Amino acid sequence: MLLEMAADGFGDRVALGPSDGGLTYRELYDSAGVASERFRADGGSHVAMADLSSAALPVSLFGAAWAGLPFVPLNYRLTDDELAALASRISPAIIIVDPDSPDRLTGIDGIGLLSRHGLMDLVEGAEPPEPEWDMSGEGTAIELFTSGTTGEPKAALLRHRHLVSYVLGSVEFMGAHEDEAALVSVPPYHVAGIAAILSNVYAGRRVVQLPTFDAGDWVALVRAESITSAMVVPTMLTRIVEVLDAEGPDGPGLPTLRSLSYGGGRMPSPTILRALELLPTTAFVNAYGLTETSSTVALLGPDEHREAMASDDPVVRARLGSAGRPLPTIEVTIRDDLGDEVAVGQPGEIWVRGEQVSGEYRGSAPRLTPDGWFPTHDGGWMDADGFLHVTGRMDDVIVKGGQNVSPGEIEEVLVCHPAVADAAAIGLPDMQWGERIIAAVVLHPGASASSDELRDAVRDRLRSNRTPDHVEFVGSLPYNDTGKLLRRVLRSDLAHLGDGSTG
Amino acid sequence: MPSLKPGSRFTSSVCTTQVIVVKGAGEVDLRCGGAPMLAAGAATDGGLPAEGASGGTLMGKRYVDPDETVEVLCTKPGDGSLGVGDALLDLKEAKPLPASD
Repeated sequence: MLLEMAADGFGDRVALGPSDGGLTYRELYDSAGVASERFRADGGSHVAMADLSSAALPVSLFGAAWAGLPFVPLNYRLTDDELAALASRISPAIIIVDPDSPDRLTGIDGIGLLSRHGLMDLVEGAEPPEPEWDMSGEGTAIELFTSGTTGEPKAALLRHRHLVSYVLGSVEFMGAHEDEAALVSVPPYHVAGIAAILSNVYAGRRVVQLPTFDAGDWVALVRAESITSAMVVPTMLTRIVEVLDAEGPDGPGLPTLRSLSYGGGRMPSPTILRALELLPTTAFVNAYGLTETSSTVALLGPDEHREAMASDDPVVRARLGSAGRPLPTIEVTIRDDLGDEVAVGQPGEIWVRGEQVSGEYRGSAPRLTPDGWFPTHDGGWMDADGFLHVTGRMDDVIVKGGQNVSPGEIEEVLVCHPAVADAAAIGLPDMQWGERIIAAVVLHPGASASSDELRDAVRDRLRSNRTPDHVEFVGSLPYNDTGKLLRRVLRSDLAHLGDGSTG
Repeated sequence: MPSLKPGSRFTSSVCTTQVIVVKGAGEVDLRCGGAPMLAAGAATDGGLPAEGASGGTLMGKRYVDPDETVEVLCTKPGDGSLGVGDALLDLKEAKPLPASD
């Protein structure tokens, strides 16, 4: 439906690819229609994709919706065994695959494979069917396996009504000018990768895809394609800042980039501050959301970034690290362990409510309360003006001597030390305290700092029970490819630094 | 009188306007150009929007009644104005949000 409106409203605009010779909205609509016939004929229950971003992504995303089948973007970086396990969970299904690795996923019961090129050849120039799809909105649009940083991946389920509510609530139809172009470098299996397609199609903004992120390629593509907006995860921005810094003060910068949004993890303040300096004319947006909430539920806007950066008031300045305020269509509250709301400024769990919030997983009861609230499992607090500060996953909270300690605040202090490139704080078993705080620190090349110096830095800024019991210097920290720190991996790598007690 | 539910589509009987229901349920006297709207796909019998209901609709805009109990999204524009009974719907002004994706 969203694409149909785009094709009707501005069918000749380029939807995808280079401004000269890219796929138009009308062509994308026709292609999705042809793809839907292929998907229906297959007789499966799902349409999946285990491939990099390409034109096949929007074609299969909208084609699956047209056919009334859930679309399942799979993480192609998983091992063959992990990928096969997920594929069996959605069988019978048709899976769009990378033509460069055609042998993955073969021989699984009920799974048919179609290469990216096979799909695009099929839809090229063919006549689409008459539009016919379910308009109730109840059908499942997307099943997204969560990244599984804390265990077995769960299939979060987003219905058409959730995604349509998100798009209608946050995007103005044809709100983009014809010269606008968005660069999408997050992979299809990240909710932001899906939201980027939907939002930009509805806004009429041309999408340019960067299938494999590399900061140098990203910068070059922004310049070559006159990109006006982009979304990145924090680890990507850190690399982009390094590339721009290396070009020196007389470098060409990114003058076409009007808007840069980021989200999907904690942004180190040195990175965002430097990015604000390097890109003085770019509007920065911090978007906070989860897969289960159809992407963004709160955002920190461009003016709020610049205001926070320029302010001497510590409360206003702290907002640079906040997720901003909830969307007008979203309610947010902070609650304690018992589900009761806490006072302004007090930490607790972030709960959200709104029509875009799904909170559903395949094969289990919805996590929504009867009155529609979703507990995110993210910790946070809200300031007096309604700015939401996200402190991290509740599961990552370190409990030392009965006191809750958020790793995020310790990490924030550490990365602000000039010698520190990256840092993570975790809790490991301790007979006396329950957990002891271990800080894993990556130093900048050639820089040095002692363990005591870093512990003192934390002690100067935070309450004494936040001081790391031990600082471990490491070469790098484990991240997944969408920039999430893999704390579980780090805990197991550093398990020898605990005392082996089970608390 | 047409029965509304989110996702149901209606077409004007006097112009090219088409809408999809975003909010609203049950029997509602949904009109366009002063004439009752028809279920999408129904044949229109022609005619012109009535005076006072000929302001036109805009593609991609949302229209609401004063209580915000009924909300429709215009998926094809036309010359008629949307209404419930004799009362016209208001254009819902969306506060522009910065692009977040």
